[in-house]
Amino acid sequence: MHFKSNLERVLKKNNFAVTAEIGPPKGSDSSKITDKAEILKGCADAFNITDNQTAVVRLSSMAGSILLRDMNLEPVLQISCRDRNRIALQSDILGASSLGIKNMLFITGDHQLFGNHPSAKGVFDIDSIQLIQIVKNMRDEGIFQNGEDILARNPDVFIGGVANPFADPFEYRVDRLEKKISAGVDFIQTQSVFNVEKFEIWMDEIRNRGLYKEVFILAGITPLKSIRMTERMKFHVPGVDIPDDIYNRMKNSDDEKSEGYSIAIELIDKIKRINGIHGIHITALFWEDIIPKILEESKLLPRP
Amino acid sequence: MFLFDHMIISKQKDFNILLKKVGKGPVFIIGCSECATICGSGGEKEVLEMKEDFKKNNVLVTGWVVLDPACHLNNDKRLLKMHHKELEKSKKIIVLACGNGVQTVAEIINDKEIIPGTDSLFLGEIKRLTEFERRCEMCGECIQDSFDCVCPVTRCPKSMLNGPCGGSVDGMCEVDPDLECIWDVIIKKLSDKGQLDKLKKIMEPKDWSKSLVTKRSIK
Repeated sequence: MHFKSNLERVLKKNNFAVTAEIGPPKGSDSSKITDKAEILKGCADAFNITDNQTAVVRLSSMAGSILLRDMNLEPVLQISCRDRNRIALQSDILGASSLGIKNMLFITGDHQLFGNHPSAKGVFDIDSIQLIQIVKNMRDEGIFQNGEDILARNPDVFIGGVANPFADPFEYRVDRLEKKISAGVDFIQTQSVFNVEKFEIWMDEIRNRGLYKEVFILAGITPLKSIRMTERMKFHVPGVDIPDDIYNRMKNSDDEKSEGYSIAIELIDKIKRINGIHGIHITALFWEDIIPKILEESKLLPRP
Repeated sequence: MFLFDHMIISKQKDFNILLKKVGKGPVFIIGCSECATICGSGGEKEVLEMKEDFKKNNVLVTGWVVLDPACHLNNDKRLLKMHHKELEKSKKIIVLACGNGVQTVAEIINDKEIIPGTDSLFLGEIKRLTEFERRCEMCGECIQDSFDCVCPVTRCPKSMLNGPCGGSVDGMCEVDPDLECIWDVIIKKLSDKGQLDKLKKIMEPKDWSKSLVTKRSIK
């Protein structure tokens, strides 16, 4: 069987997948990526390189992905619709594919008002669902968005997307995922899960509709490093749902790091038992070196 | 007479497109006394012409009204009330006003299919008044009937056409906690009507070549 990428191989062979996120630096120092990658080598099946996340200018996700490729690590190239129109997006997809990047993940993107260049003009020519459909048509039909033929090799992309089960209107969230699936998404990484109860309600509906058979779902995990970070995520990041019990545990703990670590282990344990979940996606913001330990204790190492 | 800063330049959609959307009707036609009258896309003259055109195509027109102007919520409520019997008999309503006028009408009439009959093109200068809400950016290709006549091209900061992003919380937009998430509004409206299925279709990327950014005048 032909697998487009290692991540696709792991998922299609029914292994519980692990992806991890590497945020590029605010600067051109490649070692900021390669050092993190060195720590995470062997810990995940593929590594997301974010695309100017939260609208803050950073080293490009394309360059970051190539740095990983050169270390024989598999990147998941993130591409957002905020900064490029359909011409640039399709061009970057061809370019990335020519450089051997197999996994790409498409998002609409955080609004520029959140970032460090709020005076920028957002592009938003197309949204994530439209982009996913464009990439699927490029890959499977060999056509561009305008209907013209691709002349020299279709991009062979394992198509990723995101889902936020905690945003509103909650009752529409599974509809939106279903739409992404019909657009052509192969795998989904979710917003960080802290509220397992709400996550299970979302998963119930996904099982009711049989959607877990049509897309691979990787649940987001973010180890909380400090009470400051917990408060920022709980009160200031839209769409993140940190329930009060987790917040209070972090607040009342003498050792925040160790409490955050335990919470992450417990969350992974609960998520692994949910029927229809195919893996986890770990985002350890400025705490990448904790990932190997978390995965070891969760019995997710070595990787298949 | 209503004094205002700008005039919305619009042109009527191709009649055959409207005929297809109207189907068997019956239809009620709404015009606008201000901008659409001045640019000849939806004044009394155009409303009556359209009425004749529907007649020729065997589509029943239950009535018509020229709102004064269509973007004036209270005036619309009053004028539409006077036509409520004719409205009652119709299944579809064509609005020959700018993209904002269409949304004002849709705010009042909730139980009929509303069809924008014009494409809003650009803003032309006139003068003055106080409070306004931006509802139409005159993209040149009106598609708001796909969203129950609430326009996400203009009213979603990311112009998302296929549902809300992950930052919609308690009905508010992630960009500004005082701004309602317009997708929340669209979903509630359609959900109340039992028409959420309308959103299942993937909306294709918008055709921005229809916008008039590369032109300065139309004849």
